[in-house]
Amino acid sequence: MNDLQISGLFFQNRGPYTFRIVPGQVVGLQGASGAGKTLLLRAIADLDPNQGQVRLGDMAREQVPAPIWRKTVAMLPAESFWWFDAVGDHFQVPVQAIEATLQQLGFESDVLNWEVSRLSTGEKQRLAIVRLLQNKPRALLLDEPTASLDAENIERTETLLVDYCRQQQVPLLWVSHDSRQLERVADDQYYIEGDGTLQEVRGGQHGR
Amino acid sequence: MGVKPLSPLDLSIAACLLIVLGLFSHRLKLGLEKQLAVSALRTTVQLLLIGQVLRILFANASLLFVVAISMVMLAVAGREVMARQHRRLRGSQGWLLGTGSMFISSFSVAFIALAVIIANDPWYTPQYAIPLLGMLLGNTMNGISLSMDRMTETLWQQRQLVEQRLLLGETGSEATAEIRRQAMRSGMIPIINSMAAAGLVSLPGMMTGQILGGSSPMDAVKYQILVMFLIAAGTGFGVMSAMWLLTRKLFDNRDRLRLDQLESSS
Repeated sequence: MNDLQISGLFFQNRGPYTFRIVPGQVVGLQGASGAGKTLLLRAIADLDPNQGQVRLGDMAREQVPAPIWRKTVAMLPAESFWWFDAVGDHFQVPVQAIEATLQQLGFESDVLNWEVSRLSTGEKQRLAIVRLLQNKPRALLLDEPTASLDAENIERTETLLVDYCRQQQVPLLWVSHDSRQLERVADDQYYIEGDGTLQEVRGGQHGR
Repeated sequence: MGVKPLSPLDLSIAACLLIVLGLFSHRLKLGLEKQLAVSALRTTVQLLLIGQVLRILFANASLLFVVAISMVMLAVAGREVMARQHRRLRGSQGWLLGTGSMFISSFSVAFIALAVIIANDPWYTPQYAIPLLGMLLGNTMNGISLSMDRMTETLWQQRQLVEQRLLLGETGSEATAEIRRQAMRSGMIPIINSMAAAGLVSLPGMMTGQILGGSSPMDAVKYQILVMFLIAAGTGFGVMSAMWLLTRKLFDNRDRLRLDQLESSS
């Protein structure tokens, strides 16, 4: 089973963190700002120097080159960045492979011809999720995935992401400031204190 | 026909122009008087010193002496590359990187020119070797420092974009390919422009010097063409190797962007 195991993860005087997310499980992560939620995701994605072990099922991080690891254990940053002029240039897969995801998030496939400079913040956010999922990740690390969305799009996005997690049986770590959102989507919840210690939230409601 | 010698009085007249310029700078509150005076003094002292060194060098043309002087020139050029960076690599690695790139490009190009093209006996005849290497180093130094500065500055500003590309599974080299291309271009544009404008807008300094020294214009022109080609090749290869090395330094073995390798100069 491809569960995400983090053991003794230590970075920038934080940690060690040890926890495990099983396939198809959504774990919510909350905490004061500056507590290091984003840093934790970055360390798991191996984007910052860190010590400790992270495994996905049988695969240890060090066994694969870092780019492969990041395609497999995919992190969605809070703000999305785009470097080509057209939306479609950021996708390496054929349209058919992403059409369904686009529609679920409220786009027609002609969005691929749009100029990035014309996109609103919310559109960029939703398209960044489509871009992330094109790599077919086996684990997801989401940093405020719906922060800039309106109510209707928050619902669409939550449904899409939780469905992906359940159907593909991937572990999902979801950082949010919105505790009601985490009650909706998360099976279990953690809280990071200001000093960086991680606690499991007791009595957390099981969503869905 | 030799060049007409200049007397100290001749130079003093030219120096008076600078004094007048200094007075204007003071009146207009440009605040450049002190820098102007220091630089003018440095030019005088440094050139008089190198004149003495060259005089001794030309009198005893030993390979060892030529190599020693070129090493000093290289080290100073390496320091200059570092001094022109707004954000530079920590410790000695930045100096090594700039110096290494200049060594690879300038020295190999100069060697080809001296041993194969000009083919004096001996090939290291200092009257040719030292000025040629000097021109190559000076221009390569400009190109490398421009492109390194452009690369580190752009990476600093676009770090989030680069990290976004890393998160989508690109390698450090892929994620910075466009930034590296732009940095290489900005390092090579000056020499490409001066090749395009040579002779139309300005007479290049070396050619001017040769003509003043009594060479026929056609001989001077041929040497100038040679030097332009050498500078363009030296700068181009120097810039390319500097960008390649810099990318390797700024990403670690896990393809993380390591901007902590840079320190900012005040």
